Amino acid sequence: MITRRQAYEARIRRRATLVAGGSTLAVFLAIVLLVPFAPGWPAVKKSFFNADVFAETFPGLLNAFLLDVAIFAWSAPLIFLLGLLVALARDVRAPAAYPLKLFAILYTDIFRGVPVILVIYLVGFGIPGLGLPRPWNSPYIWGTVALVLTYAAYVAEVFRTGIEGIHQSQRAAAASLGLSGADTMRFVILPQAIRKVVPANMNLFIALQKDVALLSFIGPVEIFRQAGVYKSLLANFTPYVGAALIFLAITIPATRYADYLLSKQMKART
Amino acid sequence: MMALLETRDLRKSFGNNHVCRGIDLEVEAGQMVCLIGASGSGKSTLLKCLNLLEPIDDGVILLDGQDISIPGLDPQPVRQRIGMVFQSFNLFPHMTARENVLLAPRRVFGKSRAELGPSVDALFERFGLADRMAHYPDQLSGGQQQRVAIIRALAMDPEIMLFDEITSALDPELVGEVLDVLRQLRETGMTMILATHEMGFARELADKVCFLDAGVIHEEGAPEELLTHPQKDRTRAFLSRIL
Repeated sequence: MITRRQAYEARIRRRATLVAGGSTLAVFLAIVLLVPFAPGWPAVKKSFFNADVFAETFPGLLNAFLLDVAIFAWSAPLIFLLGLLVALARDVRAPAAYPLKLFAILYTDIFRGVPVILVIYLVGFGIPGLGLPRPWNSPYIWGTVALVLTYAAYVAEVFRTGIEGIHQSQRAAAASLGLSGADTMRFVILPQAIRKVVPANMNLFIALQKDVALLSFIGPVEIFRQAGVYKSLLANFTPYVGAALIFLAITIPATRYADYLLSKQMKART
Repeated sequence: MMALLETRDLRKSFGNNHVCRGIDLEVEAGQMVCLIGASGSGKSTLLKCLNLLEPIDDGVILLDGQDISIPGLDPQPVRQRIGMVFQSFNLFPHMTARENVLLAPRRVFGKSRAELGPSVDALFERFGLADRMAHYPDQLSGGQQQRVAIIRALAMDPEIMLFDEITSALDPELVGEVLDVLRQLRETGMTMILATHEMGFARELADKVCFLDAGVIHEEGAPEELLTHPQKDRTRAFLSRIL
């Protein structure tokens, strides 16, 4: 048995769904029907949405994407670790460790202030330019270093806000039990801080997944470069669209999941 | 007899806010002392100073005759000897009740979970929380959380326990179970200092009640005398407001 209120709300909901569905459909139809009337549409369709080219290049793109995934997979833990260390370095209070703190501040300021692509160029071309022997001149190594340096600076800031966000009373409770500062950080503050900033860090790692493609500028044939190869080979831009779809297949679910975690956290706090 | 804990002319200010303006307090071993007074009278600040959570500006704090208020002194060994329970429980939310209790003895005394297990489990048993050990703080009621916080402090085997208005954040029906724990603790002869608004409880169990006003102990005495026959006007005014 439903109450009057429930019946009313169900009616409102039904109407809202109908209106939303109707207007979405109208906009979608307008785009599908009107865009083909644009004068350049046949040419665009041929060079960007070519089904034959798509079918031919998609498996190769997927294969190249595995390299993106691999680079991401070994960069992410390093970023997490370095970010954490830098955040902790910024929190130290001992006077002897002041240079460490200063270095951490400079580091985050510099690497958050320089475009990723510049860091990749400078590190990726500059360091192998020192004439290092194989395998130490690999663009994989220095490309990874560039990504890690850049992203760890952002992750460090996220961790720092997380650490600062833990209420002072937690430190007081730990101190009153006789725990040392290091133990308080390790067992009381950090576990809570890391959990708290999971959504924020997830957004950074989603951005990292996309920026892995920038490494193509210094050599590795990952998906973006592979799409470029196909483009030259087939004189067609469809492989880029294919690459974009592959990225979206990963990033959209990941973004949704991060949003879900964030909203869950907001609810838990209120 | 020498006092176990003593303060002489303890002064503490936050900026221009002089919270403690010369507090002389004496607590003997096994005594239970209640600090009463309006909000902002310095009760909480005094307790935090005793536990060295706040450094004092001037005066001395003597623990067993030793000055523990020397600027620059390592506070950790002192805090192990003086346990503290807070108004807002301050349990670690990412640990179960049992882990909350185990953390400090494990890290500070370097003992293993197995070594500590029996005594910690016995504490939970004694305070009626044996079936709540595996629960996280947010799965416990306020009263249960506060009892876990007391167990956590007791697990360090302190000589003195400080209680900072530990029932003030509780729903009225949960106050009783926490006061019962204090009663039990009193029977073991634990030296206790409480900042409290529970006048009935203070009258029932305290050896001494101190009325704090404007940063000093304005009047002190046995609970029966101080609470029923206060000598000073301000004490009388305060008591008439809250009783």
